[in-house]
Amino acid sequence: MKDKKVIWKRKPLIKNRLLRIGLILLISTYLLSVFLTTEIDWQRILEGIPRGKIFIFAFFPPDFITRSDEILAGIFESLWMTIVATIVGILISIPVSLGAAKNIAPKFIYFLSRGVITLSRSFQEVILAIFFVKLMGFGPFAGMVTLSLSTIGFFAKLLSEDIEDINKSQAEAIKSTGSSWFQWVNYGVQPQVMPRFIGLSLYRLDINFRESAVIGIVGGGGIGSTLNTAFDRYEFETAAAVLIVIISIVMIVEYTSSHLRKLIK
Amino acid sequence: MPIIKQKDYKTWKKFDRKRDLQNWLCWFLGTLIFSFCFGLISSKTIWFYVFDSHNEALDLLGRMFPPETNYFFTLIKPIWDTLNIATIGTSIGTLIAIPLAFLSANNTTPSKKFLRPLALFCIVSSRSINSVIWALLLVAVVGPGVLAGIIAIGLRSIGFCGKLLYEAIEEIDENQIEAIEATGANKAQIMTFGIVPQILPAFTSISIYRWDINIREATVVGLVGAGGIGIELDAQIGDLAWAKVSVILFAIVVAVVFSEWITAKIRKAII
Repeated sequence: MKDKKVIWKRKPLIKNRLLRIGLILLISTYLLSVFLTTEIDWQRILEGIPRGKIFIFAFFPPDFITRSDEILAGIFESLWMTIVATIVGILISIPVSLGAAKNIAPKFIYFLSRGVITLSRSFQEVILAIFFVKLMGFGPFAGMVTLSLSTIGFFAKLLSEDIEDINKSQAEAIKSTGSSWFQWVNYGVQPQVMPRFIGLSLYRLDINFRESAVIGIVGGGGIGSTLNTAFDRYEFETAAAVLIVIISIVMIVEYTSSHLRKLIK
Repeated sequence: MPIIKQKDYKTWKKFDRKRDLQNWLCWFLGTLIFSFCFGLISSKTIWFYVFDSHNEALDLLGRMFPPETNYFFTLIKPIWDTLNIATIGTSIGTLIAIPLAFLSANNTTPSKKFLRPLALFCIVSSRSINSVIWALLLVAVVGPGVLAGIIAIGLRSIGFCGKLLYEAIEEIDENQIEAIEATGANKAQIMTFGIVPQILPAFTSISIYRWDINIREATVVGLVGAGGIGIELDAQIGDLAWAKVSVILFAIVVAVVFSEWITAKIRKAII
């Protein structure tokens, strides 16, 4: 008698064999075409390696001192920008998010608000910043406007989703007392979305600070301009210092905001 | 919720006196901070330009329209590059994120004292630096071009995917692992048969989500020279060719909408 072994094999991820092979073929053709159409200048990369080394060595030790005034000024400017932009953005997003909630707004206002949200979400902050810097001149004001506008898209979208999920009976109870529309929103809707509202604001504060570092590169003020200047002067030690400062502040902000969000929950 | 007695009727207020005072104090402090910060910003602003900005905007719009539609065909290659930066960058980022996530998850890390903080540090620093800044660094090192963009997007994705993935790993069902262990499986087998199937859904949805974000980010890494449609945008803004800029902006919107549509489709197909 033959010794027959029973072997168990794991089920394949995609059951249809044709589909499996097709996908693999598709992916490999894609990779091949990417490889063929992308020009990579190996000569330049070889040249760049010593430069990369210089940059990495700039971190040991980074130079906080030479440009400490500029670094400090940049950080504080970023902070002011972040705070003002978050507050302005949230204040504008409140009516927008009410308008973008299906259960509250009439059709016309709903589509209008959704349009505002989509518009603000479709462009990256950096692209918006380029235009606002062009329109309003260099400096933190343009950065602030950019951050406020991009806050609207993020904040109003998420808040309106939360408004759509509220408990209807609570809101109706307020309505049945004969409240006006504002009273209804204030007592029936607002308390239900408040935890999410605070959580989102803290989260957005965190994001805005990170973005403020990038906006400076295109002229929107803040720590990004300091970084860009350091790069333009080939002061890699200062650039390393700025990067370390950005990382540590982001870590602090992120840690506090996630901690606060847990507290609120 | 106190009820206040007036002479001939009772009214209801939401908060009592103490809470009211607290709320007012918070509002007061908030307003104070806001005005202080705004004052600092406004001291660095040339208000003449700001008040003149609507004229500037109208002027700009006038220059942007009508867009140069023919220019769209020269954009096909940059759009293709953008797509590649996002896709390849996401793949590289997720591939590196997998081991990092296993190292930093509480229940799978081999050493809690040494490797876990190191992996967490990698994840956090990758997350706190925006892809444009990564691109700025990499353009200095590997030179302008698509490669810098791919690496920048990849490096930025590591942190994002790593964080979400290690949170997913920490939430897996321990019973299933115990069941696999009970069959006498070794460590690698526990990994492939116990852990991987549990986090695979999270992994796919994280990568798709990141791909969607990366399409957006790949459109801007070019602004600092790292390939894709951003290079075109930077060049045309530099040339003040606004009729071409509007075409590029349109192309970016199309790419973003397309990526959102595709991710929604894939998500529906998988879940």
